[in-house]
Amino acid sequence: MAEPATDLTFDSAALLASEEHEVTIVGRSPWYLAWRRLRRNYLALASLGLFFVIVIACALAPVYAHHVAHTGPNDVHVGEKVRVDGKLKDVIGGGSFYDVNTGKFVVKAPTYLGPTWWHAHGRFVLGTDNLGRDVAVRVLYGGRNSLMIGIGSALICTFVALTLALLAGYYRGGCDWLISRFFDIIWAFPVLLLAIAISSALAINGFHHFGINIEPGSLWLPTLVISYVLIPYIGRPIRGQILSLREKEFIEAAIGQGAGPLRVMFSDLLPNVVSTVLVFFTLIIAANILTEAGLSYLGAGVRLPDPSWGNLIASGQDQIETAPWLSLIPGIAIVLTVLSLNIFGDGLRDALDPRAKVRIER
Amino acid sequence: MTAFIMRRLIGMVAVLFAVSVLVFIVFILLPGGDPAERMAGKNPTPENIHNIREKWGFDKPFYVQYARMMQKALNGLTPGPHSEYDILRSFDTRQDVVHEIVKGIPATMSLCIGAAIIWLFFGIVVGVVSAVTAGTVSDRLITILALVGISMPVFWLGIVLRFFFAETNTWFPDGGYVPLTSDPTQWFYHLLLPWFCLAVLFIGFYGRVLRSNMLDSMGEDYVRTARAKGLPPRAVLQRHVLRNSLIPIVTLFGLDFAAVLGGGAILTETVFDLKGVGWYAAQSVGGLDLPPIMGVTLYGAFFIVFFSAVVDFLYAYLDPRVRPA
Repeated sequence: MAEPATDLTFDSAALLASEEHEVTIVGRSPWYLAWRRLRRNYLALASLGLFFVIVIACALAPVYAHHVAHTGPNDVHVGEKVRVDGKLKDVIGGGSFYDVNTGKFVVKAPTYLGPTWWHAHGRFVLGTDNLGRDVAVRVLYGGRNSLMIGIGSALICTFVALTLALLAGYYRGGCDWLISRFFDIIWAFPVLLLAIAISSALAINGFHHFGINIEPGSLWLPTLVISYVLIPYIGRPIRGQILSLREKEFIEAAIGQGAGPLRVMFSDLLPNVVSTVLVFFTLIIAANILTEAGLSYLGAGVRLPDPSWGNLIASGQDQIETAPWLSLIPGIAIVLTVLSLNIFGDGLRDALDPRAKVRIER
Repeated sequence: MTAFIMRRLIGMVAVLFAVSVLVFIVFILLPGGDPAERMAGKNPTPENIHNIREKWGFDKPFYVQYARMMQKALNGLTPGPHSEYDILRSFDTRQDVVHEIVKGIPATMSLCIGAAIIWLFFGIVVGVVSAVTAGTVSDRLITILALVGISMPVFWLGIVLRFFFAETNTWFPDGGYVPLTSDPTQWFYHLLLPWFCLAVLFIGFYGRVLRSNMLDSMGEDYVRTARAKGLPPRAVLQRHVLRNSLIPIVTLFGLDFAAVLGGGAILTETVFDLKGVGWYAAQSVGGLDLPPIMGVTLYGAFFIVFFSAVVDFLYAYLDPRVRPA
């Protein structure tokens, strides 16, 4: 209970009012308030749910492959038959064969088994590709690679950008100058082109500098390349925020109390930008998945036969007239994933700070 | 203002220098192994490798190598005959990279300028409509459509457009580029799908940015003043709200246009077989043919640095507050 109010402030006025109506005032953290706002945004919550469903489905790809589809992501089924609704069908029809009746070679355009939609006991649910591989299995495995690269590079990128922004914003001066110029240089390139250039350069021999050894086919290459090229897109706006926070009185107070650089950075500056970072993190996963898809489409990301959503679309492109599902399905998977992240990121931003203007500029 | 321009120009040169250093690192140092062997192409002779090592100075310290690379890159820009080891040449085809990039510029320009007009027009329309109808069903619908546009991989959209509008139904030509000078109607016809494909992402993006800017400025005092003095709503919207909200769009547009022109349209060009600058780089990815990729990257960086300086000047001209004292 507060002291009897002699000079009436808003706080004591609120206390008096609450006593009169017999309600208590409960302290609510900003996180709780944000959660309450987010809870009302059904679209954002549904999007988050959809994203988790996609992540879990892709994480369970091996389980699906072993127990439902009974095949692996790179298993070839040319010349096999599969029972669809009791009828035997070729996995891959057509091709050239010797006709016994006429004694001639017959050449027919190959036909690929289309989506069976669970009519073949879980086999070839989403059809087959030109080598008789199960598209559903490949899309799930591809999603695993795409999501691992997207989330992994978002983690690395956010971590590096945040560290640089904290250093630049806290020390200012020469340190800030150096870090800002570093951002400027990356910013000066078209994102995709820089990523392609670095990926191609590294694809020759892999990366063997600074005691780090990465072989050419590794998933770490696209992950690191994508996180590198997108650093300024998070680093720049957060550096700006930290620079303005650095001028605030509470930082001065903390330094006056004898807080060292690390304490100021992590217990005073960081908590004030966490909500922005969280929103950026969500949106940057979406951006990374799109960048990875673009890279893999051009052949500079995940390399075949390892599937990723980007290179699945690329390899299905030539057969789009005979087997449209090959590139349509991974594309739909990308759109759903990225869309769910974008909608959730939007909702998260509105919930955390309704007045904030956080966006990823591309 | 003169001092501002001078400072900005010096900054621009500094960034270009840093860009060239990064290109040097990626091109020569990062791949590891002997760069001369890579440059000698698919079937090198020992003599070839030796010559390249001599000419590029790969046995010398890195600053000599950097100086020689820059010298050769600049040499490549001058017209006239070049020797085999003089300039950047493709590992695979031994073609002069600068020459090939110049050949691709008309297609890239046609694609980017047309797409830019479309995305600017529709982006503004979408932004204004959703800001004016904020909170209603149509605003929700536009917001979701814009998000879908942003979430689509541009190359996938291109494949789908080609499939439905050029292959299943033959309403449009199935990719390819016809120069404007040879047949303007076919040029337009061939570019219509790529233009919209490239523009969709930006329409969604600009619409959202403009919407939030307009909603912000609708709450400003000067808008209330304009309303209070009895201006018709349309005039308030056009002269006060929209005008102020378009300033950030100018910045965005300058930078995006530069990025697209500088090779950012690589995916659209590849999907629609438009033999532009980005397409040229994309063709070289499969064979790990570095010089074309580096050449296009440098070309793109040049455009971005140049246009961001132009945008800064424009911005300083439009909005005197950003002019530093």
